[in-house]
Amino acid sequence: MAGSLRWARANLFSGVVSSIVTLTLVYLIARALWGVISWGLVHAVWHAADGRACNAASGGEGACWAFLGVWGRFIVMGRYPYAEQWRPLLVILVFAALLLASCDRRLWSWRIAALWGAGLAANFVLMLGGVAGLAYVPTELWSGLPLTLILAIVGLAAAFPLAVMLALGRRSSLPAVRALSVAYIEVIRGVPLITVLFMASVMLPLFLPEGTTIDKLLRAQVGFILFYAAYLAEVVRGGLQAIPAGQYEAADALGLGYWRKMRLVILPQALKIAIPPLVNIFIAGFKDTTLVTVIGLFDLISTASNAITDPQWRGFYVEAYGFIAVLYFVFCFFMSRYSQALERSLARGRT
Amino acid sequence: MASADPLLPRAALWRDPRWSGIAIQAAVVAAVLALGAYLVHNTLVNMARAGIATGFSYLGRQASFAIGEALVAYTPADTYARALLVGVLNTLLVAALGIVLSTVLGTAIGIARLSANWLVKTLALAYVETLRNVPLLLQLIVWWDLLRVSAPPPRQAWQPLPDVYVSVRGIALPVPVWSPVYLAMGAAFAAALAAGAALAWWARRRARTLPSGTIAAALAVALPFAVFLVGGAPLAWDRPELRAFNFAGGVSLSPEFAALLFGLTAYTAAFIAEIVRSGIVGVSHGQGEAALALGLKRGQVLRLVILPQALRIIVPPMLSEYLALTKNSSLAIAIGYPELMSITNTTLNQTGQAVEAIAVMMAIYLAISLATSLAMNWYNRHIALAGR
Repeated sequence: MAGSLRWARANLFSGVVSSIVTLTLVYLIARALWGVISWGLVHAVWHAADGRACNAASGGEGACWAFLGVWGRFIVMGRYPYAEQWRPLLVILVFAALLLASCDRRLWSWRIAALWGAGLAANFVLMLGGVAGLAYVPTELWSGLPLTLILAIVGLAAAFPLAVMLALGRRSSLPAVRALSVAYIEVIRGVPLITVLFMASVMLPLFLPEGTTIDKLLRAQVGFILFYAAYLAEVVRGGLQAIPAGQYEAADALGLGYWRKMRLVILPQALKIAIPPLVNIFIAGFKDTTLVTVIGLFDLISTASNAITDPQWRGFYVEAYGFIAVLYFVFCFFMSRYSQALERSLARGRT
Repeated sequence: MASADPLLPRAALWRDPRWSGIAIQAAVVAAVLALGAYLVHNTLVNMARAGIATGFSYLGRQASFAIGEALVAYTPADTYARALLVGVLNTLLVAALGIVLSTVLGTAIGIARLSANWLVKTLALAYVETLRNVPLLLQLIVWWDLLRVSAPPPRQAWQPLPDVYVSVRGIALPVPVWSPVYLAMGAAFAAALAAGAALAWWARRRARTLPSGTIAAALAVALPFAVFLVGGAPLAWDRPELRAFNFAGGVSLSPEFAALLFGLTAYTAAFIAEIVRSGIVGVSHGQGEAALALGLKRGQVLRLVILPQALRIIVPPMLSEYLALTKNSSLAIAIGYPELMSITNTTLNQTGQAVEAIAVMMAIYLAISLATSLAMNWYNRHIALAGR
């Protein structure tokens, strides 16, 4: 008790100004909190036949959670056939399990790569179907959270090898290779993601030989991979630059060639240093998947904005967008916390 | 091993780093060129088949679409090139305002993150974590819906400040009526700054200790104010007033523009706050203590010791953040503010000239990015020279 009083004295009421600020903020926070509670709980409506009934019941003063009861599943799963939605659910769980497993540092070896390979293959089969008695579901119907996860995870996983090549290219002693890598990285980093997605969606069909068609989802995925390869490359380059020259010289002295030197000595250390910033790029990529809504894919923002155009439930945008905002927040917040913890523990390991 | 082969008197050609280097580069360049040629060939074939003329002549044709907001005179009878100019100017406008506002807000929150008051510190942290972890596009759409759906009609407009009206028509703000005295005040302000700088230079050359900073600040306030009084203190405001269906007078921001500006500002401020915080934390305590021990005053410690070092940490990531804000303004396409990306989209939908329109757009963004990079490199070189 005395301890907490002392703490409050030091941290909340250390002076006249501080005390006034604290009291004002307490008042404002209490008012805001009360507003949220009153809107989200006290006046909220949990069951209603339609939006009109909802507004009548809450008097326009509360949230209409009944809307999420009706449309929540659509917002998460989107247009995937209703009877088959256990499949994307399973895909989400597999992704969650893979991400959780990746946090376990004992698995950081070929095992994690094998696990990811198996998981991605299983997810692909689950989503697409057409084999093993699963009904075929075309990619136009993939939407909502599964689409977001696929774009982010597959995109960054596929961008990674490209990024390592670009980073090695940028650090290469061969001028032509270096110039090409620098040009690619700087051009991509100099333009917004949305322009790259636009290019992928409009120009990829033009790039391909006459008569080939390319799936809309694949176009967006290619754009995503090309864009994030440049950003990942810069992170990997940061890791490469942090390796002391002695490591390179020692590998040379052992008579290792370029590729064996990189594979056995340099990259294992450089990538370990680069893991926390890589996680940060992953978070940014996860948030950036929302941009595919602009080129007509059906991600969480599209499903939510579609749900609020239902004539019976029109205009519950705070509930709809609030719901997906919470989904994004939870994911990104815990990933960033993990990245920070990792950074600390890796820093401890190094010294 | 090749060298152990009795048939080869010396190392194989491909083991010689010089030759293998040239061979690899030739192969890589050839592969890139071949890929490029293949893509260009396919594109030309496809465009010819679709009956689309290549080239930039479309820029001279009549655009025939209306643009809601333009900084320069524009009508649908103008050319695509003119429409593009309107888009670029709108991008630059929202970027410039967003940079100023997010710097102010971000710096305030960054300093609040280091407050001794636990509540202030925690609130600032909550702001940063919330805004950073929700996608910007989602935030923009929520701001837009807030102004479009939840805002009242003009008659019942919200009035957060005197003469500021928020309604479904956007935000109406008062502006001072222009008077030539303001120009003179600007000149007086510049003159005051120049005088302050000259004074500081003179004091340093003569090794005098003068409170030149204070004098300059006093001049910078007093001189323009004196000009203001001499000029007859013109203080007329052009206030927005409610007419039949909308506000007239003042400046009015469209819901799209306001949503974009608020969204970009609030989001970028969260990142700037972290940059400012790490910049201040990054200067070690010992620096300030050592400066105090040397007998410098608190203000001098901040100005001469802490700030130069903190700025060295802050400025490079800050410029990246400004660039990110400018690039993020392209998300306006989702809420319909006519900036570079939206104009390009309309252009390519109307003309079918996808390759050219996207190339022009990317080139413009790239030019902005390269200009920022050059500025950053110049600054980095500058502080590296000054510091060591």
